[in-house]
Amino acid sequence: MITQSYSLFKKDFSSELRTRYAINSLAMFIIVAISVILFSIGNETITTSLTGGLFWVVIFFTAMSGLARAFVSEEERGTTLTLQLIASPSTVFSGKLIFNLILVFCMNLVIALLYSALFEKFVVQNFSLFLLTFILGNIGLAVSSTIIAAIIAKAGAKGTLYPVLSFPILLPLILTCVQLTLFSFDGTSFEEAKFELAIVVGYDVIMLTASYMLFDFIWKD
Amino acid sequence: MSSYSIQSQKLSKLFGRRLIFKNINFSWSDTGIFGISGPNGSGKSTLVKIVAGLIAPSQGKIIHKNSDGEIIPEKLHNHIGFVSPYLVLYEEFSAWENLKIFAKIRGITLNEEMVIKYLAKFLLENRKDDLVKTYSSGMKQRLKFIFALMHSPEVLIFDEPTSNLDEEGKKSVYEIAREEAKAKIVVIASNEIKDLELCDEILLLEKFK
Repeated sequence: MITQSYSLFKKDFSSELRTRYAINSLAMFIIVAISVILFSIGNETITTSLTGGLFWVVIFFTAMSGLARAFVSEEERGTTLTLQLIASPSTVFSGKLIFNLILVFCMNLVIALLYSALFEKFVVQNFSLFLLTFILGNIGLAVSSTIIAAIIAKAGAKGTLYPVLSFPILLPLILTCVQLTLFSFDGTSFEEAKFELAIVVGYDVIMLTASYMLFDFIWKD
Repeated sequence: MSSYSIQSQKLSKLFGRRLIFKNINFSWSDTGIFGISGPNGSGKSTLVKIVAGLIAPSQGKIIHKNSDGEIIPEKLHNHIGFVSPYLVLYEEFSAWENLKIFAKIRGITLNEEMVIKYLAKFLLENRKDDLVKTYSSGMKQRLKFIFALMHSPEVLIFDEPTSNLDEEGKKSVYEIAREEAKAKIVVIASNEIKDLELCDEILLLEKFK
């Protein structure tokens, strides 16, 4: 199944390079969102906690603008039936998840680099904690976004439904990641952050398990 | 000779409150061409999608069996070749790229010799490296048959197989259907008299309202 999922990911990657469905919208959104924040701040210095919060706000809305494409593009092009005929539901979900994981990691790496270059309060004291938060947060974001994208792909008002449905599901993850990011700015140790880390790990495991269990029902109409 | 069978047990399908059909029972086994006919909206496409495991019935069950026993729904796609007007191939890739991608996702090695033979049969050999988006609707329809045949499935399901095809294309489809039906189950859902003339048995859907 792993090889087949990887082949599906490669198909999506080649397709993305040719059609630029997600990459362009994500890149534009990152630039626009960070520019708007910089313009609104002006010459004022924002606090560390606000910087950490805004970092995840940009990540959340960027994910909302691009990650739904994994399934929505198949639905819009009418190729969902083709996928159903060539792969099992778990292969499809894994392939789409790999694509979204890589997209979310690349996208958030760019956001993190831009933040560290443009926001003076974006200074990480405990880099290992920040890195772990970044990795776990991205996994949770990719898993949740992928399964929500599969749910909304067949709906009429996809554009509205995606952030509306994602918000309550992603809220526990985003809030905990904001807290962990602030801990990493403060230089808090792993020991002190273990409760929040346990929440994020638990969230990732629950979402991943639930997604694989539910996807079969979502995929088969 | 195939030892494949498809059995339906009291199949019913509702979309919302609208009944499409109810209590369909049939048993197709081994080889032959089995037709599904009925007026527009009678549920031909819905029934073939249920048979292919693409959608679930509202009631009843469909059972696929081969010599190894009952086929689980997870694996059903490996045993079925499907052609439908609703099927869309990836337009940003060429025909050849599409077929290579499908083989990889299916986890099989593309039988290039067989695929080239089919490309020639469906008159697409010279256009195999062109993007699918440059194809006419008839060429796309012909490519769907290669998509359905490329993994040598035990069952072929053709929903309105001759739509968009010229006389030459229709002839190729009928030849393929007759040839494949010698060794496997071929299901044709259509209203075209010529398509139904190929069938050994015909299921009339208006009886199941």
